[in-house]
Amino acid sequence: MRNILILAAATIGLSGVAQAADITGAGATFPFPIYAKWAEAYKKETNIGLNYQSIGSGGGIRQIKAKTVAFGATDAPLKGEDLTKDGLIQFPTVMGGVVPAINVAGVEAGKLKLTGPIIAGIYMGEIKKWNDPKIVALNAGVTLPDANINPVYRSDGSGTTYVFTDYLSKVSADWKSKVGANQSVQWAVGIGGKGNEGVSASVKQVANSIGYVEYAYAKQNKLNFALIQNADGNYPAPDDKAFQAAAANANWNEAPGFGISLNNQKGAEAWPITAATFLLVHAKPEKPEEVQAALKFVDWAFKNGDKLALDLDYVPLPAGVKDQVRNAWKGVTDPAGKPIF
Amino acid sequence: MTAVTDHMTVPGAAPQRKTPKGTFDIVFRNASFLSALFVLVLLAGIMLSMVIGGWPAFREMGIGFITSSVWDTQNDQYGAWPAIVGTLSTAFLALVIGVPLSLGIAVYLTQLAPPWFKQPVSTAIELLAAVPSIIYGMWGLFVFVPLFAAYVQIPLSNIVEGLPIVGTVLYSRSPSGLGILTAGIILAFMIIPFIASITRDMLDQIPSVLRESAYGIGATTWEVVRHVLVPQAGVSIIGAIMLGLGRALGETMAVTFVVGNANRLSASIMDPGSTIASRIANEFNEAMGLQLNALIALGCILFFVTFVVLVIARILVSRVKAY
Repeated sequence: MRNILILAAATIGLSGVAQAADITGAGATFPFPIYAKWAEAYKKETNIGLNYQSIGSGGGIRQIKAKTVAFGATDAPLKGEDLTKDGLIQFPTVMGGVVPAINVAGVEAGKLKLTGPIIAGIYMGEIKKWNDPKIVALNAGVTLPDANINPVYRSDGSGTTYVFTDYLSKVSADWKSKVGANQSVQWAVGIGGKGNEGVSASVKQVANSIGYVEYAYAKQNKLNFALIQNADGNYPAPDDKAFQAAAANANWNEAPGFGISLNNQKGAEAWPITAATFLLVHAKPEKPEEVQAALKFVDWAFKNGDKLALDLDYVPLPAGVKDQVRNAWKGVTDPAGKPIF
Repeated sequence: MTAVTDHMTVPGAAPQRKTPKGTFDIVFRNASFLSALFVLVLLAGIMLSMVIGGWPAFREMGIGFITSSVWDTQNDQYGAWPAIVGTLSTAFLALVIGVPLSLGIAVYLTQLAPPWFKQPVSTAIELLAAVPSIIYGMWGLFVFVPLFAAYVQIPLSNIVEGLPIVGTVLYSRSPSGLGILTAGIILAFMIIPFIASITRDMLDQIPSVLRESAYGIGATTWEVVRHVLVPQAGVSIIGAIMLGLGRALGETMAVTFVVGNANRLSASIMDPGSTIASRIANEFNEAMGLQLNALIALGCILFFVTFVVLVIARILVSRVKAY
């Protein structure tokens, strides 16, 4: 009992010390593993820790609006007018891709080819069978079963769903008008799994299924995946290079706060479903030193974190984009109007 | 030793000790009153915050919040009907499957089982009651669902296809193993330990003289169970079933794993659906604005449904008591 008390006292003491220097953040679950990894390495160098709560993008936006954290994190970028309204500055940190995971008997990994409109047709319930003529026409030499397709989607609101439905809206006018792009949409068919793990478990368990998951998740869980035709008409394999190719051709200044979509970008090797994840900070923070610490952490990660990101199957931002982000930080000022970074 | 003698021999000691005992009694009485009051305050607090939190959704949608089947986060249109139907139908299926099994277990254990068999089964039931719901969910998704799809859904769909009524209710368009019936079965597994162990305890408490006299006048086992045991323990059995129903209505994690999480209404119990609790679990993290209000309003409805079920249970119990 006495030991427990001492331990408790020690823990309280420790957390008191740590909290004084910790950077606080909350939001998206997708970048949580890399933020945690960066934070670990950053703490070793600077002794400044990161307290990041992966409560979801919606929660992150709520928290930063309520000013309870130094930064919020979101997968779906906020629109320009929302940023101005709440006085927020938004910038990307790292990128990732979304891949269609499949479980079809007799189809080898990376052998099945699909197009955006076909995927939209599957998720709208218009393409019902794996041996639909549209799929067969693309896949000479692949034996496709005469079985119903079981589409799997994220049942929780998620940035992954936003990226996936945004892509389908870009390639299918039908999808855009009937379903649209959002963190959760009204699915006409299919079954819902909670989280990336819920979707991948369902795809693994349910025969003849197709789902969409973060690339890192598909790779680590060794899920079979399909190839998708990109804007240039090629079928690139989903990997770091293909995601970076998508980012290379994008015009990041098209939307305020870098809030562009990397979906369906031009480029022979570009993976068609690619997205960045974003951080939000207040432009005029009440506690500038906290935000300053957060920006220093991101700057450190931009300089030293690329290898860690690649290890975890995330894709670092191109150097030019990083410089643009640093430039945007000039908009974050202390009460006197002086840039804090 | 001397102290004891002192106490026993001094006659004034007893009245003197009465006063401190009385003080303690008052403190004790108030403390237990506060404990009881705490429950009421807590309940009122939860109810109030849910009504306040859910009010914008009720105001925006009106009665449509309950009757509409649209759950559209983009256009901020929310209707709870599929979730309400899913909640009630999974709980109902759980009772249909779970209650007969539970009663069978309880009757067998108390009346028929040999002692060497009774103990292990009783322990197993208590262990089952202690398994966390996420384990049921994971077991359901990884073990039960594929078997259910391969050996029940697919063969059954082939048999019932095209038949009237069963061809709709039991037919699965895409036999994935996930769905309302799967959730009902997993829920049944979860409530069986509760109903079975309470019923077993109740049956054990019935004086054996009643049972023995019934056997003495030549009643069969079935007749003893039907006409002696069930009427004696009826109230408690209904209480146990209602407890199980309460758990089935509110169960979240296990259901979220196996129900299929589709925000759609389907005529077939083989198709995926959703329950109030599963939808809250799915969407709460990322919910903003009116969606958050709608989810809290869903919680409010679940609260109300559970309350109505408890009231019905009370009425049933008092009716049975009256006989």
